[in-house]
Amino acid sequence: MRKTCLDMVYELARRDKRIFFIGSDLGIGTLKQFKAEMPDRFLMEGVSEANVVGMAAGLALEGKIVYVNTIATFLTRRCFEQVALDLCLHKANVRLIANGGGVVYAPLGPTHEAIEDIAIFRALPRMTVIAVADAEEMKRMMPQTVEHPGPIYIRLGKGGEPIVTNDRVPFKIGKAIPMKEGGEALIVSTGIMLKAALDAASALAAAGIGAAVLHVPTVKPFDQETFLELARPVPVIVSIEEHSVIGGLGSTVAEVLAETDFDMPKRFRRIGLPDVFPDQYGSQATLLKRYDVTAEQIVSVVQQLSQARPLTVH
Amino acid sequence: MIKAPPVNATPLDRRSRELRCQIVRMLHKGGRGHVGSAFSLVEILRVLYDDILKYDPKNPRWSQRDRFILSKGHGCLALYVLLAEKGFFPEAELWKFCKVDGILGGHPEYGKVPGVEASTGSLGHGLPIAVGFAINARYEKANYRTFVVASDGESNEGSLWEAAMCASKHKLSNLTVLVDYNKQQSYSTTYEVLDLEPYADKWRAFGFAVEEVDGHNVEQIRAAVKRAPFDPDKPSTIICHTIKGKGITFVENNLNWHHKNKVTDDEVKSLLCELEAKE
Repeated sequence: MRKTCLDMVYELARRDKRIFFIGSDLGIGTLKQFKAEMPDRFLMEGVSEANVVGMAAGLALEGKIVYVNTIATFLTRRCFEQVALDLCLHKANVRLIANGGGVVYAPLGPTHEAIEDIAIFRALPRMTVIAVADAEEMKRMMPQTVEHPGPIYIRLGKGGEPIVTNDRVPFKIGKAIPMKEGGEALIVSTGIMLKAALDAASALAAAGIGAAVLHVPTVKPFDQETFLELARPVPVIVSIEEHSVIGGLGSTVAEVLAETDFDMPKRFRRIGLPDVFPDQYGSQATLLKRYDVTAEQIVSVVQQLSQARPLTVH
Repeated sequence: MIKAPPVNATPLDRRSRELRCQIVRMLHKGGRGHVGSAFSLVEILRVLYDDILKYDPKNPRWSQRDRFILSKGHGCLALYVLLAEKGFFPEAELWKFCKVDGILGGHPEYGKVPGVEASTGSLGHGLPIAVGFAINARYEKANYRTFVVASDGESNEGSLWEAAMCASKHKLSNLTVLVDYNKQQSYSTTYEVLDLEPYADKWRAFGFAVEEVDGHNVEQIRAAVKRAPFDPDKPSTIICHTIKGKGITFVENNLNWHHKNKVTDDEVKSLLCELEAKE
C-alpha cells in the first residue's frame, strides 16, 4: 500500500508540475526515480516535522500541491499545531502520507503506534481523513487527491494487504462504499479492517445471519447519507477499526446513531483498540488479536446482539 | 547576574510618532492590544513598507510581490496601521479592531486581511512557511523576495531553528529575517526567561549571514535591508536592537504594557500627549 501510494505520487508528479514531495528522513532509496527525474520538486528535510509541515504550507499557498511523508505518529502528535494552523486554517493543499497507521509498527512499541491519529485529525476543521483498504483502492484514490481542496491525511497500512476492494464502484473522496448486502446487521469498517468485516459477514451468513458491510475509506467527512441508508433497516450495527475506540470511526458512527431518530431501535457496539498504549511487541496481527480487533470478534458481537431480547418500541 | 533592560535614546521622527499615535487610537477603539510589542517594531515595518517591499495594494496577490510574514503576529497593531495607510483596506477598518464586524483581530489572519500572507499568532510558524515561499520562488525562477519579522521570545521555539537549518541548507539568499530584539518577553527579560545569547552567533551557527542594527534608527535598518543578502549563498538575519514600548517613557521596558486590556481614556490621553509633545 505504501509503495503503491508513493509510486502514485511519482506518476502524478510526472504529469503535474505543481506537485512537490517532502520527506522527513525516510528510508534510503525512497522515490529514487522521482528524485532523479524531478530533483527540484523532491525535498528530504530531516527529522523536523514542524518545519516540514510549515514549508509545505508555504509551497501550497503558492499554488503547489505538496505530498508530505513520514511516520503517522510524527505527523499527528509531533506537529499537531502546524497541521491545525498552517494547513487547516490556511486551507493548504498538503497531503500527509502517514506510514504505519494503527499498530503496524507493533515491534517498535508505543512511540510508533498510531492508535489515535484518526481521532486527532477528525477534530480539525477542513481536514479530510482517508484510510483505504488495499493497494488497488489506493491506486483509485490517489488521483483524486490532486484537485481535492484543503489538507488530506492518508493513513497507510503495513503493505501486502490482500486485495478485497473492487472497481465496480468508482472511488470518490467522501463516499462510503457498500460492499455486501444483508438484512439483519451492518458492519462498518475503515482501512484494512474491511477484510475482517467481509470475513465476518461470510461467517455470519453461514450461521444464518445476513450482515451488510459498509466500507468507510473517508472517515472525515463521514458519508452519513450512505451510512443511514444501510443502517435504517437493520437492528444491529457494529463498527471495527484499527484505532482507539475513542474518537475514530466507531465514535463517528455512535454520534450519528445517537442523533438520528429511527423508527426501529438499534443495538450498536464499537470494536477497536481499548484506551491503552499497547503493552506488547510482536506483530500487527498479534496486537489486533490481543485486543480482539478481529473477524471472530465481529461474529461474536453480532451474534450476541442479534440473540439478545428483541428491542421493542414503547 | 541578570542583565539590565536595554536602553536606546534614538529620537523618533514625526512619521514614527504619527504611526504610534494611530496605534494608540486603535488601542483606544479596540480597548486592548499588544502595545509594547507594536511600538517595538514600528521602525522595522515602516522601512519595509516605505522603502523595501514590492506590493500592489489594489492587487494584494500580485504574483511578483515580495512576501512578508509578521511571524510575531501579536505586533499586528503596527502592521495594520501601515497596511491601511498604504491602501490595502480602508482606514475605517482600524477603528473596528477586535470588534465583531471587523477584519482586524488580535493576530493577523490570512484570507481576512488583504496583504497578510499567513495567519500568525502562535509563535514559530512564520519562518517555516516563509521557507516554503522562498523555495517556490527559486523553483519558479521568480524574483520576489521573502521577509519575516520574528521576535526574540519566538526564538525560544524549536520550529524557528528547524526552519533556520532548512533555509541555510537550501542557501535561500532570497529570504531575510528581521528580529525585533527588545530583550523582553511576556514574563520578564529574555535574559531571565530563556537567554538567547550569544544570539547573533546562534544565527551564524545555523548558516545565516548576520548584521546587527539599532532597530529604531530608520537609516540603519534601511541600509542593512538594502545590503541584504549579505552573502549570495546564505539567508540573512538582521538583528534589530529595539526597546519594547519605544516612544513612551512609561511604556518602555514596562511589561505591564506587553498586552493591555481595558485601556482607560486617561491612559490614551497621556499616551497621545507624550507622543504629540515631541512635535
